[in-house]
Amino acid sequence: MKKNESYEEFVKGIWRDNPVFVQVLGMCPMLAVTNSAINAVAMGGATLFVLVGSSFLVSLFRHVIPKQVRISCFIIIIATFVTIADYTLLALVPKVHKELGAFIPLIVANCLILGRQEAFASRYPTRLAVLDALGMAAGFLLALISLGAVREILGDGKLFGFSLFSENFEPWVVMILPPGGFLTLGVILLFFNWFKYKKDEFLADVAEAERSGS
Amino acid sequence: MSSEAVRQPPAPSSLRLVLTLAIAGLVSGVAIIGIYETTLPTITANKARELREAVFKVLPDDVSSMQALVYRDGSLTAVEEPDKDEPVVYGGYDEQGDFVGYAMPGAGPGFQDTIALLYGYLPEKKKVVGMEILESRETPGLGDKIYKDADFVAEFSDLSIEPEIVSVKKGTSTQPNHVDAITGATISSKAVVRIINETHESWAEQLPAPGSEPPFAGDPGDGGSGQ
Repeated sequence: MKKNESYEEFVKGIWRDNPVFVQVLGMCPMLAVTNSAINAVAMGGATLFVLVGSSFLVSLFRHVIPKQVRISCFIIIIATFVTIADYTLLALVPKVHKELGAFIPLIVANCLILGRQEAFASRYPTRLAVLDALGMAAGFLLALISLGAVREILGDGKLFGFSLFSENFEPWVVMILPPGGFLTLGVILLFFNWFKYKKDEFLADVAEAERSGS
Repeated sequence: MSSEAVRQPPAPSSLRLVLTLAIAGLVSGVAIIGIYETTLPTITANKARELREAVFKVLPDDVSSMQALVYRDGSLTAVEEPDKDEPVVYGGYDEQGDFVGYAMPGAGPGFQDTIALLYGYLPEKKKVVGMEILESRETPGLGDKIYKDADFVAEFSDLSIEPEIVSVKKGTSTQPNHVDAITGATISSKAVVRIINETHESWAEQLPAPGSEPPFAGDPGDGGSGQ
């Protein structure tokens, strides 16, 4: 039972409660930095680091932090992790850091992170909080990569910087421009909503069949 | 969402609130100073390496060392570390320590944001011999051809700068100071040309006569200074 529960906390962020496709959180970095798969990975990685680190600390100190000043404390913790991520990326991968520009410091304002602290990490034991953060961050990373990959393939004919097509490929430039982000995200959200609709329909059918059968 | 009830402690005193925030701020400050101090050497080294690579790229191949030059007290002087916001050019020297050419940084408005570039300039021949875009946010697929289009970049590998560079419609370049603009990126191409002309203009009075450039201050062949 215990094992199942923690497994569930991890998995829910990847699919059922995916922060981007289901909760529609963190849209700003989602649309801004997904013009290539590399940028998406760097952004997702930085967010993962910040989210897991803050969730761990917030959960660890959840009985120490008075609830009147909890949001300020969450922000201090998040901002510290963001600054660490910012300098680390600048030192290790200056090129990627340049591409991401202002969006790394802006991770502080990503509502996905503050949201998880308030809704989960500040109420649950450390182990569950870290698992939840890992799941949510993995879901976010997955969403960023899928968007980044689609946009890079269509808009630049490449994936992770490797050319996929022959010279004759005419890149669909709009896909790496801001409108491409909205188009791609719109199509993916459409798929998720269609999927949810179909699943609800199926469950209703099953319930109906069970009732008439008994 | 919450199956576990949140603990409701009695209202804490103001002192406790202030102390909590102060301690959080203090710990955060220490952590930030720590990471800053740890990464600073790598970041500075990266920046210096990027600059060196760009300088060597825009100058002829026989350049083996470089030094930063600034205009102080009426003449061009070699410095270890230029002051912040002080206009600087980089002198390129060959293995014997003889002067080859300047790498001149310039910046100006492009189509979307500032374009910063570096170009190689041989004062003796009055020629631009290389151009490298250091920073730009031009439109992907169109304006970014100013550094992705090899033909356009090659236009700057042997280009007369006096009289000033003129950008012309693609395929109509006839003079040694003509540059073929990129179709679909006219504004960005013109911006590059304008930045080079303006930079050239602003330094024209300050560069010494060809042949009397400041000598290389360091030991020739040691890989250059300026770091």
